[in-house]
Amino acid sequence: MTLTELIDALSLHVVCPPSSPEREVRNVYVGDLLSRAMSRLQADDLWITIMTNTNVVAVAELTDVAAVLLAEDVALLPDAVHAAQDNGIAVLSSEKSAFELCRDMAHILKANA
Amino acid sequence: MNEPIRFHFDVDGENFSSAGEASVTVKKRLRQLGYPPDVIRKVSVAMYEGEINMVIHAHGGEADIEVGKSEIVIILRDKGPGIANVDLAMQEGYSTARDNIRALGFGAGMGLPNMKKYTDSMHIDTEVGVGTTITMKVLL
Repeated sequence: MTLTELIDALSLHVVCPPSSPEREVRNVYVGDLLSRAMSRLQADDLWITIMTNTNVVAVAELTDVAAVLLAEDVALLPDAVHAAQDNGIAVLSSEKSAFELCRDMAHILKANA
Repeated sequence: MNEPIRFHFDVDGENFSSAGEASVTVKKRLRQLGYPPDVIRKVSVAMYEGEINMVIHAHGGEADIEVGKSEIVIILRDKGPGIANVDLAMQEGYSTARDNIRALGFGAGMGLPNMKKYTDSMHIDTEVGVGTTITMKVLL
């Protein structure tokens, strides 16, 4: 599914808009430890996290994720917002927990399979 | 391409906000140069972990990257405290990062293991109280 479809399906807030709204989301990874995320994230993943500093943007950039999805309505720090905008990293957010987001994503990915 | 392409960065040890900038710059350049995604990923992960380590543990340092015909060499030099026990530092999950660093999402104890995992060779030259130089190679 595309980022546009994902944002619509999960009623996500757009913190930093995607530079390619039609980019396909392939898979989901959840995690907050940056080295683990760095090692496990694959290109075109949706990365669900509650980390909000600029290093999230660096990891997202280096791993070519489709988007960062902030769970539990955490707010990206201002310098991280700027870094995401400068690098064209899509950042989304939701009031739902990581579990709820994963549950919903599983339904969606299954329905789209 | 006969002459190797070289990049040099001074990694700021005080600024966690800019940590990763050198790695992101190298990644973008490698992509512009048309290197395959798996090579870019290896260099990105290894260099990012090394860069972060220098910021967390060594008050910064220097990064030199040489892109040759058959390999990409990443050399990270710092004048930090050195690594007292390299075998222990290489164990996944072992970390000496402080709590304020962990709060940023670091300190998983995966830095050095990731650097080894994502490169074709890694050599650590370290002396307590003097500093650490890490040389990594990714084959093309």
